[in-house]
Amino acid sequence: MTSTAVEAQPDSSMVEVHGIEKYFGHNHVLRGVDLEVHRREAVMIIGRSGSGKTTLLRCINFLEEPTAGWVEVDGLRVDADPLHARSRSHREQIRQLRMRAGMLFQDFNLFPHMTAVQNCIEAPMRVSGLSRAEAVELADRYLARVGLIDKRDEHPSRLSGGQKQRVAIARALCMEPKVLMFDEPTSALDPELIGEVLGVMEDLAHEGTTMVVVTHEMHFAREAADRVIFMDDGLIVEEGPPEQVLNDPHDDRTRQFLRRFLDQDIADEEHSHPTA
Amino acid sequence: MSQSQQAQIAFEAEHPTSIVDRIEAAQDRARLSFRVQFALVWLFIITLILVGLYAGGRIEPGWLAKQAPYILGGIWITILVSVASIALALVLALLGALGRISSNPMVYAVASFYVSLVRGTPLLVQIFIIYFALPQVGLVLPPIPSGIIALGFNYGAYMTEIFRAGIQAVPRGQREAAQALGMPEPHIFRRIVLPQAVRIVIPAVGNEFVAMIKDSSLVSVITVQELLWRARQVGTRDARSIQAFLVAALVYWILTIIFSFFQERLERRMARSER
Repeated sequence: MTSTAVEAQPDSSMVEVHGIEKYFGHNHVLRGVDLEVHRREAVMIIGRSGSGKTTLLRCINFLEEPTAGWVEVDGLRVDADPLHARSRSHREQIRQLRMRAGMLFQDFNLFPHMTAVQNCIEAPMRVSGLSRAEAVELADRYLARVGLIDKRDEHPSRLSGGQKQRVAIARALCMEPKVLMFDEPTSALDPELIGEVLGVMEDLAHEGTTMVVVTHEMHFAREAADRVIFMDDGLIVEEGPPEQVLNDPHDDRTRQFLRRFLDQDIADEEHSHPTA
Repeated sequence: MSQSQQAQIAFEAEHPTSIVDRIEAAQDRARLSFRVQFALVWLFIITLILVGLYAGGRIEPGWLAKQAPYILGGIWITILVSVASIALALVLALLGALGRISSNPMVYAVASFYVSLVRGTPLLVQIFIIYFALPQVGLVLPPIPSGIIALGFNYGAYMTEIFRAGIQAVPRGQREAAQALGMPEPHIFRRIVLPQAVRIVIPAVGNEFVAMIKDSSLVSVITVQELLWRARQVGTRDARSIQAFLVAALVYWILTIIFSFFQERLERRMARSER
C-alpha cells in the first residue's frame, strides 16, 4: 500500500475534498467546497435542509458524480469526470474509493432478504476476498460491538429502526473502512430509539474512528464532534470547535440557524416533560 | 406494567365474559356463516348445470366412462407444454428485462423490438408462423417443440415487462448501499437486486402461469395431442361435443385451482419470512 508513509503521521489528512461543485441540471447545489478531515477526527456537518450537506457527503464517495473537483481518501485521489462517468477505469477507481469510505444512510438500507450476519459478510466475502469463516468472525465481532450479537440471525424486518441502523454500522465496519460517513443516521428513527444509535457513534468517535456526520442532533455534535461545520447554500460558511461554532458563531447565517434550532429544542423539552 | 394494561385487568375483573371475547365470537360466527353460504351457492350452481344437462340427455355416463380416460391422458401433454413454455419464457423475460434496462442503445433496441413485435401480434398467428411458415424456409419443427417455442416467446415478451417493473421496483437505496460497500455492479444485480425483484414479481408470474395453462390449449391447432385436441377428436367423431369439451373445461379449471392454491401458499410464506 502507498499509505504506510502517511499513516506514520497521526495528524495528516484522511479525507481531502477539493473544489467540489455539483449541479443538478442547472441547479448549483455545491459551489466549490474544500474540506479536510484528519485521521481520528470526528467532523459534524450542520445546516438547513437544501444547504448541500447531504450532497457533499454523497459526492465524497461518488454516489453523486461531482461536476468538478476531486476527492482523496487515504491517499487515493479520484477526480470528478462527469463526461466519462461511466468509463470502466473511472468506475473501478470509485469502487476502490468506496471501499475506504463506509456510508450510513438515513433509512439504513439493510438488505431485507438477508439476516443481520449475512448483511455483514456479503461485501467482505465478495469484495475483500475473505473466506466465509473469516467474514463471519469479523461480522460477529462488529455485531457484538454494536450490541446486537443476539440478533445476528434475524432478518431486518424483525428489528427496530435503531437496531437496523446499528446493524448497518456493523456492516460498514466489516469493510474496515478508513472513514465512516453518516447521512442523517437518526432522522428516520422514533425519538426513543435515537439514543442507542448515537451511543454507538459516540463510542466510535472516542475510539478514534475518522467520521464525517451530517446531523441535526446538536447535543450530539456538541458531545462527540472534534469540529463542527456549518453549510449554507452550497458552501462551508463557518467551521471550528463545537463550543465555538455552536455557542459563539461568527457568521450571521449560523447564528440564525442555531437560534431556530434552540427554540425548537426548548419547545421539545417542554413538550416531553409536561409535568416537570 | 403500563396504565392501560392495569385498566384492562380491572375491566376484565368486573366483566367475566369480556366484550372483547364476545366480539371475537361474533366475528368467528360471521366468518363461518359466510363460508357456508359461499359453498352452498357453488354447490347449487354446479348441481343445476349437471341436472340440466342430464335431463336434456346431454350426459351419458357410459360414453363418458369409456372416452374420458383418453381425454384425461392429454393432461400430461398440457402440463409438459405449460411447464416447458413457462421455463423458456422465464429465461427470455430475464434477458429481455436486462435489455430493457440496459443503457446500451443496441441491446435496448433489440429487447424493445422483441417486446413490441410479440405483444403486437396475436398468439395464434405466432403459432402458425412457427409451425406452418418456418418449414417454407427449411426449418421444420415437430408440433410439441413448435408449440413450446411459440408460447415461450409470447409469454417471454409479456413477462419481460413484469421483470423490468420488478427490477425497477427495488428501492434505489438498496443499490446505493451495495455500491457504498464497494460491490461491483454485476454482483449487486445478482445478489442484491435480483433476489428482491424475484420476490416482487412472484404473484404476477404465478398469474402468467395460470394463463399459460389455459393458453396451452391453442397448440391443439398444430396437432399437439393435449387436452383440447383429444376432446375435439372424440367429441367430433362420436357427435358428443358437449360432453367432451365439458370434460376438457373442467380439467383446465381444476388444474388452475390446484395451481392457484400452491401459489397462494408460496406467497403467504414469502410474505411471512421477509420484510
